[in-house]
Amino acid sequence: MALSETLPAEPEPIAIPQGYWSGVGARLVRDPLTVICASVILALILGAIFAPWLGLADPYKGSMIARLKPLGTEGHILGTDEQGRDMLARLIYGGRLTLFIGLMPVVLAFFIGSTLGILAGYVGGITNTIIMRTVDVFFAFPSVLLAIAISGALGAGIVNSLVSLTIVFIPPLTRVAEAVTSGVRSLDYIDAARATGASALTVIRVHVIGNVLSPIFVYATSLTSVCMILAAGLSFLGIGVRPPEPEWGLMLNTLRSAIYVNPWLSALPGVMIFVTSLCLNLLSDGLRSAMNVRD
Amino acid sequence: MSATDYAPKPDTGGPAQPLLIVKDLQKHFPVRGGLFGRTQAKVQAVDGVSFEVKKGETLGIVGESGCGKSTTAKLLIGLTEKDRGEIIFDGLSLGQRLPLKDLRKGVQMVFQDSYATLNPRLTILDSVAFGTKVQGLKDPNGLARKMMDRVGLNPNRFAHRYPHELSGGQRQRVNIARALAMSPRLVVLDEAVSALDKSVEAQVLNLLNDLRAEFGLTYIFISHDLNVVRYISDRILVMYLGEVVEVAPVDSIWKSQAHPYTRSLFSAMPSMDPDNRTQEPPLAGDPPNPINPPSGCRFHTRCRFASDVCKSDAPRLDGLAQNAAHMVVCHLYDAASGHPRAGQGIPA
Repeated sequence: MALSETLPAEPEPIAIPQGYWSGVGARLVRDPLTVICASVILALILGAIFAPWLGLADPYKGSMIARLKPLGTEGHILGTDEQGRDMLARLIYGGRLTLFIGLMPVVLAFFIGSTLGILAGYVGGITNTIIMRTVDVFFAFPSVLLAIAISGALGAGIVNSLVSLTIVFIPPLTRVAEAVTSGVRSLDYIDAARATGASALTVIRVHVIGNVLSPIFVYATSLTSVCMILAAGLSFLGIGVRPPEPEWGLMLNTLRSAIYVNPWLSALPGVMIFVTSLCLNLLSDGLRSAMNVRD
Repeated sequence: MSATDYAPKPDTGGPAQPLLIVKDLQKHFPVRGGLFGRTQAKVQAVDGVSFEVKKGETLGIVGESGCGKSTTAKLLIGLTEKDRGEIIFDGLSLGQRLPLKDLRKGVQMVFQDSYATLNPRLTILDSVAFGTKVQGLKDPNGLARKMMDRVGLNPNRFAHRYPHELSGGQRQRVNIARALAMSPRLVVLDEAVSALDKSVEAQVLNLLNDLRAEFGLTYIFISHDLNVVRYISDRILVMYLGEVVEVAPVDSIWKSQAHPYTRSLFSAMPSMDPDNRTQEPPLAGDPPNPINPPSGCRFHTRCRFASDVCKSDAPRLDGLAQNAAHMVVCHLYDAASGHPRAGQGIPA
């Protein structure tokens, strides 16, 4: 029974169904809370990037006569800090460092943790045992203490806090990646892919990563707010960013002594941290429900 | 898809040589527990299974749930590593002269759950073309589209769809196209039509028969549905608790089942004829635990004809006196076994 070489022509064009990510985008746009939170985060990031072009005051230039001016002062709309530096400029410039050391460790930990977790979950056996038991050792310490201990040992500085925070966030991401991957590993389509003679790397690349990355990604998004708070905490304790660099945690620390003189002013960096982490949390919630295809 | 597109590896042994010989295949799954994950016990999923599949024939494998049918299938394509035994494909022994990758070029599998076997994030075309790309065939996408067309799925309509947009029958056609796109010579169908409704099942069975004739395929067809197995198979192999109990041509076994277990399996099949109600008592009890299978003949705990010799000695696979092609593992047919009814077989 020989068949025709040419494929049958389709009488009418068939609409190609939309892809996975355009579906996620469409669901995200329909969720007002997520859109607002995403806009706030975007505004903060854009402000941090384009701070020098916004016509702000010099965030490093202080003035002995203009110290601790209240909110709404002429020329300093958000007041001045304990050295007379413009708060608005320092908050916007502070977003650069704060967001950088709040997001970078999670990004790095996302790549390292996913790699380790997918490897452990797919290969299983002794590899799984070695990776997961090593990760368990890090779980024995509370994350705040671990970050402080590593930062303290390495010394103060931006790079060192980056390293310590990355180490703190690798274990939870590895564990989530391992759990999701070992779930996918036992599904029939992985067996079917292996039956074609494909190498483990090809099976992981084509069949595993696409199905495990979104839950890991959503979890990582929720970690960014924790990371920002931890980073601010390190700066607050004096083992993160050093003065006179503007950074929200450090600013909160230095303004602490002014809380009886000008409480609203001292609260401003805390408000920024609060708003940013709240928005990141709500954004990750929105992402989680938008990525759920089953509804 | 024309015959020239279907390019399996050329035959080496001639028609007389079986395409697949399985010798003493064994797989015991360890049951781990305790403080350091020590092996507490072993599930004897497949224990000493031997059979042959001739070129171009369809071997049906039947048995209860948990008798080792699917484990056997996974052992055959190397998805599960065997503990012991030999798999000889077209004269080449797996692991010696036949690397696993070459075996997978010649043997493909169609799984039961048509939805779970398709990656939900890949389009149908990507799923079907995955194997052809892995094997480095030229024009993998064109090959995949032609094979989709051959199994009755218009590639223009279905290539860019996702598995959840297809019906069960369409998905199983996708799975068949995926297996056949790599030009295998042997296809293991593990409960491939069990999840489909009757009309779709009939369509898929006819498609499988057509494909076998067209591409010269050999099938191993695993099912618990005896009627389906009868329709598609040339020979039937019956498994019980990880062992082969009976192998026979389909007509012979349909006329008279030699093994007491096969007899009860067939009598449990509902009859369409109200005058032909089953007289045989149904099989009592559950299958024994494969962690600790019964001694001697594994069926003796549920067998009406069991005697002392069945509890102590394991019977061997042997052809019946009147028909050597009909092979059975039972003391009743071995005149020298020491069973009180040795050599007489089970009463009709």
